[in-house]
Formats: sequence, C-alpha cells, structure tokens
Amino acid sequence: MKILVNGAWRETGAADLAAALEELGYGGSTVATALNGEFVPANLRAAAALAEDDRLEVLAPMQGG
Amino acid sequence: MLKVYDTELRSRLMLGTSRYPSPAVLAEAVRASRAEVVTVSLRRESGGERAGQGFWSLVRDLGVRVLPNTAGCHSVKEAVTTARMAREVFGTSWIKLEVIGEDDTLHPDVFGLMEAARILCGEGFQVFPYTTEDLVAADKLLAAGCRVLMPWGAPIGSGRGLNNLFGLKALRAHFPDVPLVIDAGIGVPSHATQAMELGFDAVLINTAVANAADPVRMAEAFAQAVEAGVAARQAGPIEPRDLAVPSTPVIGTAILR
Repeated sequence: MKILVNGAWRETGAADLAAALEELGYGGSTVATALNGEFVPANLRAAAALAEDDRLEVLAPMQGG
Repeated sequence: MLKVYDTELRSRLMLGTSRYPSPAVLAEAVRASRAEVVTVSLRRESGGERAGQGFWSLVRDLGVRVLPNTAGCHSVKEAVTTARMAREVFGTSWIKLEVIGEDDTLHPDVFGLMEAARILCGEGFQVFPYTTEDLVAADKLLAAGCRVLMPWGAPIGSGRGLNNLFGLKALRAHFPDVPLVIDAGIGVPSHATQAMELGFDAVLINTAVANAADPVRMAEAFAQAVEAGVAARQAGPIEPRDLAVPSTPVIGTAILR
C-alpha cells in the first residue's frame, strides 16, 4: 500500500506503524511519530494499523531557537 | 538562583542551538556561554540520513538541560501535537510553546497560545510560552497554568533589542514574582545587560551568537553581559534625571576669579 511519509509517497508492506518504521530505516532511532496528524506514542506503534493513503510524520531532535 | 518550575538555575543565559556554522562551533559556544539550558526542536527525519541522531548525541554530551520548542506551529493543534512528540523524544515536560500568528514578524498568536497552554498544562507539561509584553495575555497565560513567561524583546532574529521598553517595564512591574525570560530579538550583549538591569530573570539568545563572526567569543561576551546586568540590578541602579548634578563636592571650591 501507499502511505505519505514526511511528505513523500512510499510503498510499504508493513501492517502497522512499528513495522513501517523498521522497513523505512528508522530502526533504533530516537524519533517521535504522528499518524494522520495525531501523536502515536512509541508503546502504541505496534497497535497502530496502517491504511492506504495514511499520512505519517517521523520527527527527530533538531537544532532550534 | 533562578527557579523555573521546580528547577534551580545558576546561569541566566539560555542558548538556542540553531544556525551555527558547524556542530563543533555550537558545542564550543554552549560551553563558552555557561548556559545550563539550550533550546531544541523536532523536524522531519530521513530514514537514510538520520541527521537528527547525530545532533541529539552532541546535545546530550553537553550535559545541559533541553527546552524543546514548537517553532513553526501556526495552530493550537500543531503546537499541542508537537509538544506531545517532544516530551517523548526529549524526556522532559518542559516545552517552549510557540504559536505563530503572523509570518513577517513571527508575532505570537496569543489567543492560540492561551488555548494550547491550557491544554498542555492540563497534561502535566511545564509550559514556557513565547508571548508578547501584553499584560492581559500574560495574566491569562498564568491563569492557564504557566509559571514562567517568555516575552519577546523584538521579532525573532531581528537583533533589535528591547523594542517596547515601556511595555516590558510594565510587565516586570506587574508580575514581580513570575520568572520572565526575554526571548527573541536580542542583538548584542548590551541588550542582554539592559534586560537584566530592568529586572528580567533571564535571556534566551540564538541568532546573535550563532550568526556572529566568532560565535564562541560572542557566547562568552553574552555570558559576561548577563552577569554584569544581574550584578547591576542587585546593586540598585540610580534613576536617570534631566539636569546635571555635580559629582565633585561643591563645598570647598576655590574662588579664583
């Protein structure tokens, strides 16, 4: 299925958010996730099922003022 | 000592981590500033590059507290969601809450700010709202549960110093017991000294240090400026007056006409 990851369309076979992060290369990274605009805590990622056209944001620590 | 929420800080200077020429210069500038708090943000991470992981490792090695921001958020929902994500990633309930209302000046949207602050304080966040010098907005942010306010000196990155001196003095006088941190607009160390002389509790600097020709030296200059301002405030500055007052004793002046 096709999902939008950080603004870019990606093809994924993952059924849930935890599996998608592994597949997309985020394994072991310090990131926070939001699915369709809602924060998904790390401990709920495996329970967050993905659907066609879902919008996923994967954010990490960055410089800030 | 400055107490913000339940944390005591020795340094009155907080430093932003953005726009430095290199990570090494950033690290050196943080050390030179003697800041105990640095601001950070959350941005999109690429699964291939993982740029954020290296930055986070560098910040953790500095041994300072982090104050995550919600920079770039224009709505209550964006700011609240970003704050929740930041709490998980950075492991802190501190959040520098920004809800931007206008893009040319990055003017805070104080209405959205209040709503977001109310939600986040209710969820146990310790909110540092980036606001204006507006007294009514300040009062409502405190009512929403904020225990610190971060009024702007001037628009972010403008380097204009304390734009509305009267408004900032009124804010200080109106809330004598609330920690007030001047956030944004400081351009040179004398601006920071002025803020501390007026009785503000701390300043947050980013662009003025990061974009200086020598950021490390400028960080040191700001550290000294803040310390000078604090000392001056404690020492009790004189009031300005319109006419001259001779500083040398008049009695005993020779008549040599």
